[in-house]
Amino acid sequence: MTETGNQAERQPAIRTRGVTRDFQAGQQTIRVLHGIDLDVCPGELTYLVGESGSGKTTMISIMCGILWPTDGDVEVFGTDIYSLSDTDLVNFRLQNIGFIFQQYNLIPSIDAASNAAVPLIAQGMDRLEARERAVAMLDKLNIADQAGKLPNQLSGGQQQRVAIARALVHEPRLVVCDEPTAALDAKSGRRVMDLLREVGVAEDRSVIIVTHDNRIFDLADRILVLEDGRITHDGTDMPEDH
Amino acid sequence: MLWIAIRMLTGDKQKFYGLLFGIAFSTLLITQQLTIFVNLLERGASGTYNVSSADVWVMDPVSRTTDVAYALPSTALDQVRGVPGVDWAVPHLRANASVRTKDGDLEGVAIIGVDDATLIGLPKGMIEGSTDVLSQPDSVIIDDVGAERMFPGQSPIGERLELNDQRAVVRGIADAIPSFTSTVVLYTKYSQALRYVPGTRNRLSFVLVGAADGIDAKSLSERIEEQTGLKAQTRDEFARDGVDFIIENTGIPLNFGITVLLGFIVGVAIVGLTFSLFIRDNIKQFGALKAIGVTNGKIAQMVAVQAGMVGMIGYGLGVLGTVGFISAFSNDPTFKGFYIPWQIPLISFAAMVLIIVLTGWIALRGVMNTEPAAVFR
Ligand SMILES: Nc1ncnc2c1ncn2[C@@H]1O[C@H](COP(=O)(O)OP(=O)(O)OP(=O)(O)O)[C@@H](O)[C@H]1O
Ligand SMILES: [Mg+2]
Repeated sequence: MTETGNQAERQPAIRTRGVTRDFQAGQQTIRVLHGIDLDVCPGELTYLVGESGSGKTTMISIMCGILWPTDGDVEVFGTDIYSLSDTDLVNFRLQNIGFIFQQYNLIPSIDAASNAAVPLIAQGMDRLEARERAVAMLDKLNIADQAGKLPNQLSGGQQQRVAIARALVHEPRLVVCDEPTAALDAKSGRRVMDLLREVGVAEDRSVIIVTHDNRIFDLADRILVLEDGRITHDGTDMPEDH
Repeated sequence: MLWIAIRMLTGDKQKFYGLLFGIAFSTLLITQQLTIFVNLLERGASGTYNVSSADVWVMDPVSRTTDVAYALPSTALDQVRGVPGVDWAVPHLRANASVRTKDGDLEGVAIIGVDDATLIGLPKGMIEGSTDVLSQPDSVIIDDVGAERMFPGQSPIGERLELNDQRAVVRGIADAIPSFTSTVVLYTKYSQALRYVPGTRNRLSFVLVGAADGIDAKSLSERIEEQTGLKAQTRDEFARDGVDFIIENTGIPLNFGITVLLGFIVGVAIVGLTFSLFIRDNIKQFGALKAIGVTNGKIAQMVAVQAGMVGMIGYGLGVLGTVGFISAFSNDPTFKGFYIPWQIPLISFAAMVLIIVLTGWIALRGVMNTEPAAVFR
């Protein structure tokens, strides 16, 4: 990697400028985000923390291209994603972004490997080839032996890892997770974070995690605190008063 | 992605079978009811089709069908024979009578008197005995469905009947299309029939006509009407009259129409509800796919494949069910000669497509309206 590699180093993974988001609540308009300016660096594991209702999910949804901001610009690896056409934005997500949902949202009737292979299949890869790649990813996450099982035959932590495999299998440059460890015990939670760092964070990639979970705060490269729709802390550790 | 769509559908066994059942049930109801309807209607034409050799039927102008006929004057036969283009013309008598069976029961029967010399007026085939038996005294030939009705489980051959106080002996069984009312039909020679039918008023119901070579039945019938002042219908016209008579004078079209409509509504209801439930159960998965990067177009394809698959399999089962029904009852006199006209599967196919498109579209709207951002909530 020559030119693009260098460019990726200089360029932030995500750059937001003046991002606001309003929601309509009955007659009232509620402003949930107040002009967020943020650069997320590649090669970093970034946490977004804050109290319930502070706007974390809204922020992360806007950063990964599934929720339109009311105002402001969002660039992901240099692409102004909300100026893309609908179809181009969908394809941009398919090529560049991995998602880990809190409820996993695995498809119950296909096995773990096929679930993990979904982004590749959606990209148009042959199903069996995609499945092979997915099994390799499951192997990295130490659950290759569960590849043939249906989601409901797996434990919560195993399903979580299948969801992680699905987020990483197509080697996206940005991975976003909302509360990935909320449902896990402390030990599994840390293991999941280790895995995410190992597989998801690289020179030209980054991972953003929304979390409440103070058991894993020490694993972050950077912690952003959101309060009432504004970023009030930006550092490598949590502020004292939290 | 389509593979995933199919697995999503078949993986949810309960709903998958529910959907199949809905479509299959609907298709079965529509196909089967339409089949019975059409076949029953066609029986309105059975009197005409049983006499396949007659090209033209001549009758009194007020006569409407083979069973609703006013007597002709006896001069009609010679009048018709005098029309150019008529190859042959024979008398045909149709009348109702009461018959006393051996057990003393009274049964209404139709007596059909066929031409003494040519036996024109008999159905084409015989199931037992030959048409020659009519030359023996007091002979009648009974139709097969009538035989089963009047002599269930036993052979009617040799049975004696009392027809309006006249003796009749059953000597043969004809292979006939049953009438709409499945009335027992007794065929006998015209001269013999006159003895069975009391009174002097009804001596001739129809004159059956064969067209000379190269003469077309339609123009011949017009010429007969012109020259005799009687009503003349080609075989096909007269068959059609029989069908129309049933349509106009019975509640059958309405009854079957209601059943078919019910089949359709039940189909829409079962399939619509089940499909909506299926989509709702999978809405999180669809939302996840949308977030990951599956376009709305692809999602629509997935839902279409799911709906299409349910539709095709369910439709196949429904049509198979109808075929099974018809063949299972093919030996039952009520369903004798029943067949599935090719138009009917097409109609039920169209109904099925309508159900699928309607319910699929409603279900799809739910998926389309899901914001991908909803997956993080
Ligand atoms: N679709 C929506 N419609 C209306 N209001 C919304 C919508 N989504 C979020 N909100 C409001 O925006 C605010 C921020 O919500 P958000 O989900 O971003 O908070 P959060 O920080 O993720 O909270 P939590 O930690 O509980 O998940 C809340 O007050 C919420 O009620
Ligand atoms: Mg949230």
